[in-house]
Amino acid sequence: MATITTKAARGTPTAPGTPGWVRWVDHHRKWIFAAPAMTFVAALLVFPLAWTGYLSLTDAEGSVRAESEFIGLQNYLDVLSDTERFWPSVGRTAAFTGVALLFEVVLGMAIALLLWRPFKGQKWVRVAVLLPLVATPVAVGMMWRLIFDPNIGLANQLLGWFGIGPQPWLAGQYTALPTTIFIDVWQWTPMVALILLAGLTSLSDEPQEAARIDGASTWQRFRHVTLPLLAPTLTVAILLRGIDALKTFDILYATKGRGGGSFHEVETLNVYAYGLSFDYNEYGVSSTVLILFFLIIIGAMWALTARRKEAKR
Amino acid sequence: MRPRPAYRVFRVVALIVVVLTLVAPLVWMIAASFKTNVDIYDPAKALAFSPTIGNYAKVLQQANYVEFIVNSLWVAFAATVASLVLGLPAAYSMSRFNMKKSALVVLMARVIPGVSLLVPWFYVFSNLKMVGGFGVLIISHMFVSLPLVVYIMMGYFDSLPTELEEAALVDGLTHIGAFRRITLPLSMPGIATSGILSFIFSWNNFMFALVLSDADTKTLPVAIFDFVGYASIDWGGLMAATTVVTLPIMVIALFVQKYVVSGLTAGATKG
Repeated sequence: MATITTKAARGTPTAPGTPGWVRWVDHHRKWIFAAPAMTFVAALLVFPLAWTGYLSLTDAEGSVRAESEFIGLQNYLDVLSDTERFWPSVGRTAAFTGVALLFEVVLGMAIALLLWRPFKGQKWVRVAVLLPLVATPVAVGMMWRLIFDPNIGLANQLLGWFGIGPQPWLAGQYTALPTTIFIDVWQWTPMVALILLAGLTSLSDEPQEAARIDGASTWQRFRHVTLPLLAPTLTVAILLRGIDALKTFDILYATKGRGGGSFHEVETLNVYAYGLSFDYNEYGVSSTVLILFFLIIIGAMWALTARRKEAKR
Repeated sequence: MRPRPAYRVFRVVALIVVVLTLVAPLVWMIAASFKTNVDIYDPAKALAFSPTIGNYAKVLQQANYVEFIVNSLWVAFAATVASLVLGLPAAYSMSRFNMKKSALVVLMARVIPGVSLLVPWFYVFSNLKMVGGFGVLIISHMFVSLPLVVYIMMGYFDSLPTELEEAALVDGLTHIGAFRRITLPLSMPGIATSGILSFIFSWNNFMFALVLSDADTKTLPVAIFDFVGYASIDWGGLMAATTVVTLPIMVIALFVQKYVVSGLTAGATKG
């Protein structure tokens, strides 16, 4: 019996009379299973990315079929010295991601802690937490556009009750970006909360009890017991949300339209690159921006995972 | 140990604030979809208004929304099924043979900004005369949902004990037979989770359809913009349109809440 099990586990079909091709397929199942999905992703990812890389070295513009010339690193020099559109959009991307992520993590942690221990009606609160993050982002953007409308929006009405004058919100040159950050926080804090809640639920109670018996206060227990144990989950949450926040497009496009508004007030790298590609057909320059954007994302991920490995040690 | 009374009061207040902040805007959107544009402009009619279904009639009849609903359903359904067909065996292989590097290639699709692929896609697919068709939309949505399926199912297969598969091999099944008859039926919760998430992400996807669809194939998130003019916005129609997009997905999510949550938090607790 034992010998049969080992033989089977090693990977030979045991039934007598199995056709040869079935044996062959079974023996090579590792790649037969993985190849279709990998080919699909590689075809849509590797080759287009390589092409984008090549386009970034050319002066391609106008039509995708138009002739273009190889101009080396000229686009990179132009883009990296562009202080009118490129660097401001790098700044906006960093500000948007950094501020949104900070609020989402802090508020998400607070909500997760509130939901951690069972209470009456918990089911309904979980439902409420789930709603924003399954809602279509473009629709969410439109919804907030109505609420933040300077003339007819609910937001200014509410402020009026407290005697605060109307704010321009999305329409203001300096208030637009913070308002879009608010929308992002509204929609995605629940995601961070749910991930952290899953992490909290998986923690064992013993360290908590031990700390309580030792007389640790609630804050001390959170700071010195819960938080360190939750660190891996927190990193995953920051990583997942951070990548998506860097790439935010839908709510920015829905609230401010092309180019991130008439003053480019919410033009992040993703919005800028989209505009270059599909509004201005500047394929060479847009590819350069995208390659730089991609490097920024990879860099941010690398920094986070490197920190995580260090923390594990 | 019961929490102190002061904390319990604080928790109730905090929970009410959280729930109101998350739900009230959605209620406001739905309420506005039942108002005339005159009522939307009148603060006094914020909650006391006589509801009308005029906006929905406009959305469903004049704006051809039924067609866009069918488009969205078809694209999301096809992308989900195709992603499961390709993704389940791949995730299984990657889990059982510990193919970390291959998994990384698939997960790269989740990291890369979609815009950086869209220009080459547009070029290739317009040469193939596919831009504006459903095929290219389904393929582009699969690019989002396939990595999701692989990511969720790898974790699921990792957690599935191998003993039953081994027993099936002893009983004379091939490996592929064991996968089909033993592993897959055992994985139904994981398959439901990844399928539902894949559907939601496809339904909500905006950018790919914005570039790759045309007037006949556009999906709901793109069709929303029909109500945004250069000079003015038809708020009633717009809110009816956004409600048509968001309400079904929120209702579905409520019914399958458990799966949605486990999919969104997949891999978070492994460290």
